[in-house]
Amino acid sequence: MTARTINLNVNGEHKEWSVAENDLLLTELREREGLTGAKYGCGIGECGACTVLVDGQPSLSCLVLAQSVDGCDVLTIEGLARGGELDPLQIAFLDQAAVQCGFCTPGMVLMGRALLNEIPDPTEKDVREFLKGNLCRCTGYSSIVRAILTHRR
Amino acid sequence: MIGQHPADLGGHGGGGPTEHANPTETQMEDFTNTHILVGEFELIEPHTLAQASESLRTHAGEAVIMAGGTDLLVGMKMEHIRTKYVISLGRISALKRVDTNSDLVIGATASIRDVAHNSVVRQQYCALAEACQSFSTMQIMVMGTVGGNLCNASPAADTAPALLALDASVHLTSGVREREIALSEFFTGPGGTVLSDGEVLEHISVPAPSLSTGSAFLKMGRVAADISKVSVAVTVVRSEDRVRQCRIALGAVASTPRRIVAAESELLGEKPTISGISKVSQLVQQAIEPITDVRSTAAYRRHLAGVLVGDAFRQAWLRAGGGEIT
Repeated sequence: MTARTINLNVNGEHKEWSVAENDLLLTELREREGLTGAKYGCGIGECGACTVLVDGQPSLSCLVLAQSVDGCDVLTIEGLARGGELDPLQIAFLDQAAVQCGFCTPGMVLMGRALLNEIPDPTEKDVREFLKGNLCRCTGYSSIVRAILTHRR
Repeated sequence: MIGQHPADLGGHGGGGPTEHANPTETQMEDFTNTHILVGEFELIEPHTLAQASESLRTHAGEAVIMAGGTDLLVGMKMEHIRTKYVISLGRISALKRVDTNSDLVIGATASIRDVAHNSVVRQQYCALAEACQSFSTMQIMVMGTVGGNLCNASPAADTAPALLALDASVHLTSGVREREIALSEFFTGPGGTVLSDGEVLEHISVPAPSLSTGSAFLKMGRVAADISKVSVAVTVVRSEDRVRQCRIALGAVASTPRRIVAAESELLGEKPTISGISKVSQLVQQAIEPITDVRSTAAYRRHLAGVLVGDAFRQAWLRAGGGEIT
């Protein structure tokens, strides 16, 4: 076991972390940076609560070794708002009341953002397909899907 | 289990720590998820395949290969897998290729999503495109790899039946010796492959299909993101209105994904009919060895296998330019 210094961007800010081999990206984000938006849910890649974007791609940060993101751009929910302005997708989530307990919300919003970056005008099927790895136990999904669909208009 | 087979599955689309008649099949009480990686190990991130092979030789018997990591890290968190060295292939960019110039070549760490999105794969290798498009969740598709899905050798690996039906080969290298074997010779049991200690899967190749070839993949799971109860892939080569060649492969119905050769020859030289296809389905049902587990009963898997084989055959025949089968 040897700690290694890695350089990465988190939400646009350069970071230098000294991390061990068995450190996980999620734990570093939460405990080192205090970015607690990404949640530790199932820990085995089933629930999507730990989703962050690594180089723009949705990734499960509970299954990513911290050392392997050396040189990467990581975006968490905290980095989505710019200059105090919420991302339009975040506003859509508020408008549609697509939040109850909030545990799944950061992952849901980032998946929605990744989808809209790729397909600006998605169908409901696209949205449901994209979100199938993000579990929500409160909303029944309808309001979340609606938030992403209304945002595109 | 992985220790002898230096490989990592890229995904929940046919993975899980173990599957199918395996003595170490996961029970609920095995889910001692610590939320951290408790074991200590050294992470090696080579930039070339030669360096990876060298590391694997140096640490023979003590190292595992990591591709997407979506299954390996789960196994390590649950302490089903303990290892001194993890050799990640993630920084070897040459292994991420999906090349469609002549035959299809899929590098060991090409992601499931890259294959699912490739326009040539979608047009000409429909069974593989369908297996990748229906694979687990978006995040797992982004992180997981086709190579990892094969090397982890789950009986339910989604890409395996598709690649078997498309007559794929795997290219293995130890850095000293290279060999190419048919995918149908690759799997030895749940979690087991012919990869020897020190060997790495370098790429998968799939022969380019002729214009009169069609293929299809179908699966049934409990919910969209779950591992398949049964998966089926069929390739048909058409000559006028007759079947010239046929390959049928299934997942989650035996100890390995496998071709059902006994059923493949049934319609050779024949015009496919509804009764001919039911005969093929019956032969498949006789040849498979499904088990009862948390996802399904053996009887239901057998029933489903017959239905899916018929549906996949009809779809493949249509894609091969044949008409509706009556």
